[in-house]
Amino acid sequence: MSQFNDFRDPRAASKVLKRITELADGQPHRKFMEICGGHTHSIYRHGLEELLPQNVELVHGPGCPVCVIPMGRIDDAIHIANQPNVTFCCFGDMLRVPGGKSNLLEARARGADIRVVYSPMDVLTIAEREPERDVVFLAVGFETTTPSTAVTVLEAKRRKLSNYFVMSNHIRIIPAIKAILDSKDLDLDGFIGPGHVGTVIGNHPYAFVASDYEKPLVTAGFEPLDILESVMRLLAQKADGRCEVENQYTRAVRDAGNPVAIDVIDKVFTVRPHFEWRGLGSIEHSALMFRDEFAEFDAERRYAVPGVQIADPKACQCGEVLRGAIRPWECKVFGTACTPETPIGTCMVSSEGACAAYYNYGRFNKSPRIPVTAV
Amino acid sequence: MGHDAVDRERLHARIEEWRRRPMRLHDEVITSAHGAGGKASQALLNSVVFPAFEMTGAAMDGAVLQVTAKHDLVMTTDSFVVTPRQFPGGSIASLAVNGTVNDLAVMGATPRWLSVAFVLEEGLPIDEFRDTVAEIALAATEAGVRVVTGDTKVVGRGAADGLYVTTTGIGIRQDGIKLGPGEVQPGDVVLVSGNIGDHGIAVIQARGELDLVSDVRSDCAALHTLVGDLLASGAEVRWMRDPTRGGVASSMNELAMDAELGVRLREENLPVSRTVNGVCELLGLDPLYVANEGKLLAVVSPETADKALTALKHHELGRNSAVIGVVTSENSGIVVLETLFGGTRVVDMLVGDPLPRIC
Repeated sequence: MSQFNDFRDPRAASKVLKRITELADGQPHRKFMEICGGHTHSIYRHGLEELLPQNVELVHGPGCPVCVIPMGRIDDAIHIANQPNVTFCCFGDMLRVPGGKSNLLEARARGADIRVVYSPMDVLTIAEREPERDVVFLAVGFETTTPSTAVTVLEAKRRKLSNYFVMSNHIRIIPAIKAILDSKDLDLDGFIGPGHVGTVIGNHPYAFVASDYEKPLVTAGFEPLDILESVMRLLAQKADGRCEVENQYTRAVRDAGNPVAIDVIDKVFTVRPHFEWRGLGSIEHSALMFRDEFAEFDAERRYAVPGVQIADPKACQCGEVLRGAIRPWECKVFGTACTPETPIGTCMVSSEGACAAYYNYGRFNKSPRIPVTAV
Repeated sequence: MGHDAVDRERLHARIEEWRRRPMRLHDEVITSAHGAGGKASQALLNSVVFPAFEMTGAAMDGAVLQVTAKHDLVMTTDSFVVTPRQFPGGSIASLAVNGTVNDLAVMGATPRWLSVAFVLEEGLPIDEFRDTVAEIALAATEAGVRVVTGDTKVVGRGAADGLYVTTTGIGIRQDGIKLGPGEVQPGDVVLVSGNIGDHGIAVIQARGELDLVSDVRSDCAALHTLVGDLLASGAEVRWMRDPTRGGVASSMNELAMDAELGVRLREENLPVSRTVNGVCELLGLDPLYVANEGKLLAVVSPETADKALTALKHHELGRNSAVIGVVTSENSGIVVLETLFGGTRVVDMLVGDPLPRIC
């Protein structure tokens, strides 16, 4: 079967699962949060949750950059997209994220020139090809995607492009993890650390999780075996009474990260005093904005965005889901008023959102398996 | 955890109740999601189109018109707006013929007659129009159908994107062929006639927006002889579909909902080429949702599954056929996938539109 690779080897998995079961045996109920949405998606896509022992629970954290975008920011994005002569570019996931009244998909249907791109470099190409248009990129993501946005800005400066702009929604993982660790309803035994962010910032910045907050963290890769091995390591730490920051994803993450990528981010961006997170509220120093030297590329400075803060809908419990205080299906509107086709909260929009992942992949009775005849 | 399991069961029941309600249309304007063949498309049809004509969802692929006691006529229609109009393995012309021929074939009919209607945008090169018509004629000959009538309209520049084609097909169905979700029973076996996702990926690559180069070709083909071989094999065929927009996942969901049964697929058995898999991994797509234009999904009785598989594999278009799942009495209305890794997950209807204008 072509989908097969070493990190999806069911035989290796059964060995790791056996070890997990041994380690979990006799331990109290353990709740580990995977911070990154990529992990959430992989966990559901491969059906990992049901393979774990009953007393090991995975909680889905705030690491889906789409899910934490507040409604006011979407309204700002629509405002920019509706300006005359603007070509507005974003990733496909962003189209259906609900704003206060509408979303980008509907704005496009009503006439805004909104294009889906797969890479920020595509936006630069559009700007070069269509010099008469003002081309705006809706940049989202943690430190994983920030370097590529920064590179396009440096490149635009080098090519002297005057029609390329970026609306930066780049966010930082460490303040978000701190906000979760500081929340009053925190009830977690450890973290599966975000591997993709780790490739950029390294494993060292996570050290405070163990030293200051006494929670273990294992930075993990995204294949099913990576995730299982990380769960195994977290359980082993608990069994040994250790509390450390480990790196399971050594094939991609170094302690010091990627200095070139970090340098590129620093060149272009600086820390925002505050940024509003969906469900988590305003978090200090949790996002990035343009340095003054690059103000000419800042879409927010070019287009006076309304910047109106819109409270999350009352029924929506995205915040509690993002903090791991409740599980997706414990939200009052999960699966009824809030579904992937009519999302109330952002967690239901992106396939990496905890609610959408559970709704799409986890919602059925796990009765005994009926074997499919292999012919 | 026992308490939790009861809660979850109650929750699943509540969600299923919501899912069974006819999908409601909340939108004020048409968006690309309404054309994706998923939930938004269904909501649009259910609330705007079907009530006006007193149709049901069963008429989506084609209608059976009773003419004589021995034969039924089957009629279907489809519009084609694919961009780009040429792609490896096919074109808007071959799609327009094969798409309609396949809709007739999977209803058990022998395709006979086609009508072809064009909407042309001012400025379209006549040479391209001439080539398109010639290709349609060739594809029709190959599929054994005659183009018997048609229409041509021209709209101003910007009012259409080059060229759109609508084809309507009529076929003849022998009396006694019983196909449909009502015929499907728990224990029945699901087969697919080869690698899935080739068409969608070929079209996306042909757009040249992604710096990806591969040898994926559209599987665009007329399925009537493959269907003929399957029906003649003696296999008890209960249901057939060609999984186009929305892919195998959407067709399987329609089956589960219409039959009020569950479907359990096994990832290990799904035929997907390495290249399509790789492109899907890169783009965050799931091959189960990517369109096909020359694949057959069939549900057959468990006793005749071997016979059906052999018949499909003997046909040129079915060499890579596989048994991909079973119909179950549990999880009614839901498609479940046993993952390669030993877990299970739900495969839902498509919501958004990851790959617009692929047919």
